[in-house]
Amino acid sequence: MTGVNPLALCVAAVLYSLPLLTSVDIVSAGAALGIWLVLFTALGITPATIVKRTWPLLLAAPLSGLSMLLYAEPGGTVHLTWWLVTVSDNSIELALAITVRVLAIGVPTLVALVGIDPTRLADALAQIARLPARFVLGALAAVRLAGVLAADHRSLAQARRARGLSDTRSPAGGLALAFALLVTAMRRGTMLATAMEARAFGSGERTWARESRLTRRDAVVVAAALGVALAAVGLALATGTFRLVGSGGGA
Amino acid sequence: MSAPGTSRPARIVASGWGWRHASRRHPAVAGLDLVIEPGERVLLLGPSGAGKSTLLAGLAGILGDTEDGVETGALTLDGVPAAHQRGRAGLVLQDPEANTILPVLGDDVAFGCENLAVPRDEIWRRVTRSLDAVGLRHPLDRPTAHLSGGERQRLAIAGVLAMSPGLLLLDEPTANLDHDGAAEVRRAVAQTSTTLVVVDHRVDEWLGLVDRVVVLEPAGGLIADGPPDAVFARAGSALEAAGVWVPGSRPHVPRTPPLPRPSSPDQPPPRSPVGPGPLSPASPSPADPPLLTAAGVAVGHGGSAVREDLDLEVRAGESLVVTGPNGVGKTTFAFALAGLTAPLAGEVRASAQLARGTRSPHPHRWRARQLLTRIGTVFQRPEHQFVTRSVREELAVGPRLVRAREQSALVDELLERLRLTHLAQAHPYTLSGGEQRRLSVATVLATAPRVLVLDEPTFGQDRTTWTELAGLVAAHVDAGGAAVSVTHDEDYVRVLGDRRFHLEAAPLESQSAAQEVRV
Repeated sequence: MTGVNPLALCVAAVLYSLPLLTSVDIVSAGAALGIWLVLFTALGITPATIVKRTWPLLLAAPLSGLSMLLYAEPGGTVHLTWWLVTVSDNSIELALAITVRVLAIGVPTLVALVGIDPTRLADALAQIARLPARFVLGALAAVRLAGVLAADHRSLAQARRARGLSDTRSPAGGLALAFALLVTAMRRGTMLATAMEARAFGSGERTWARESRLTRRDAVVVAAALGVALAAVGLALATGTFRLVGSGGGA
Repeated sequence: MSAPGTSRPARIVASGWGWRHASRRHPAVAGLDLVIEPGERVLLLGPSGAGKSTLLAGLAGILGDTEDGVETGALTLDGVPAAHQRGRAGLVLQDPEANTILPVLGDDVAFGCENLAVPRDEIWRRVTRSLDAVGLRHPLDRPTAHLSGGERQRLAIAGVLAMSPGLLLLDEPTANLDHDGAAEVRRAVAQTSTTLVVVDHRVDEWLGLVDRVVVLEPAGGLIADGPPDAVFARAGSALEAAGVWVPGSRPHVPRTPPLPRPSSPDQPPPRSPVGPGPLSPASPSPADPPLLTAAGVAVGHGGSAVREDLDLEVRAGESLVVTGPNGVGKTTFAFALAGLTAPLAGEVRASAQLARGTRSPHPHRWRARQLLTRIGTVFQRPEHQFVTRSVREELAVGPRLVRAREQSALVDELLERLRLTHLAQAHPYTLSGGEQRRLSVATVLATAPRVLVLDEPTFGQDRTTWTELAGLVAAHVDAGGAAVSVTHDEDYVRVLGDRRFHLEAAPLESQSAAQEVRV
């Protein structure tokens, strides 16, 4: 997805997800997922890349399907009951539909958004979306501070042990550590603000070292995302398999 | 260096200038009269609390407005109030972490230019030139998190130079760096042609680079001002008394070998917390087993080892120093010895005597409370180890946990010994750097641990605090305790390096990868 503006990717992800979030049938989800896999292959995005960016989802999707399989509202032939568990035609269908849907929404979104460079996104948010520079750059600097705070947390925990305070895992101890971390974070934040000010931040009009703009390519990406969603839902409607979220029973 | 962009060196004039922070009763700086000519390079000295950092912040124009404090007199750059000319002066702070702003190297340098609304093409020309000037030759998209401390400080200088300031302000820019990193930074500074004001406790290293020394007086005004030779010849001893490091004059810390005593079989009972008290532990003999033994220890950050196969013995009556460049795992190794973290491989074993009363010979398995009387750790950043709201409470924490006798008398004695009595009710965070350092050491000594582990105890300290601190460690060791200090400070090594454990950059895979990133 190099060469595509990160902001366009975010917009595309939202426009694509909305129609697919409103339906639960297997046809629209399956169609969407199928189209994406073809598109990804055509764009030269390898299966290895896809797995690398989406693996947590690949694990989560079957699990969400499994809970549907065991606990969904029974309907049609009942195949198995045991305590709260009921496996019926309806639950099998829902389980498949949910698994495919989680993949259909998650896989393309993650492939597009994982690996977005926060710096480029900040450029786009400030220059195209016109969010205030103070907000955007503050958030970007905070990305860097997150790593620093992880190290601070380790130090603070070690320091509490050194002071003889970590023997009981009491809520009070956890709270004290959290508070110490908060204080440290505020001090880091203040220092960061000072460093930013020392480099003339906030003194008025500023330029951006890198231009962020939208191109035809970005329009194509957004249109394609929306197109895939509409095509998939259209196919489900045409075949009479469309099922809106919350509507009970099969079509 | 041909400064990126073109900018004349600035002229500084302070006339009766002073600043009082809104939250303080006394001014940080008062009645300062000083002229610094364009292109002059000034080393700014003074005891802690003399207002050096405040003056730098004032020159950088970041002290804030009337809500933040009260200004008196005038402080101008080229005749215009310093507060009104952001970008004319560039400031680099002591903590490399605090100087880095953005996640990517090139952007971090460009940041200041953007804020000054420099046109895009010009920004990237300046970025390249500034990075050249400080000798950083990484690709522009290198993540700043991958840079060493020395590289970060040079990055900060590049970020400032890219703004083409007329004045470069450096606030202890090398205090957190190892020897090589500090030399890198000074080489970068030597290339600049702006007016320069640098604050640094370690005077020797800057002498070749500056042509004037100005010493601030805490009450306001100047103790001394002139060419370095003249200033140190004339006011050397007065400066020393004021806590300033004077070149060529090494601090003296007496070391006394312990008196022979009959050996006591048990954990030492509570003893005088500072110095060799009447209840000092047994005097050590070489035949005693080491208090701590590290065998085949591997340490690292996260799960990956940066050093492996470290063997070391920590003996009573001996002060051990651990030296080596930034990032070789000195601190993690020391923390493994201190029982604060488990070694990634190998083991740290305490002597039977030291481990008596605990459930394991391995310090990292002890309860936190059991560490207090056995191994005490002084952290590099004192504020990390403060857990209460006043100096007095802070000192009372340890003694209460180990149920020491006469806790309040013990605390009083510590306050007195470490000159903290007048601050007993102060919040630890509000103390000066030197006071925080004294307090952090005092909290550890309060439970009289047998072994002291100190991480960079002297960094950024003035001569007075330095001498006190080294004296405390010496007294602890000479009374039969043991000390392990991670340090870059050669003076400290000279006084307290009974034995030196030097960690070189290791030929491990992860290490060579780290080296590779720095090419």
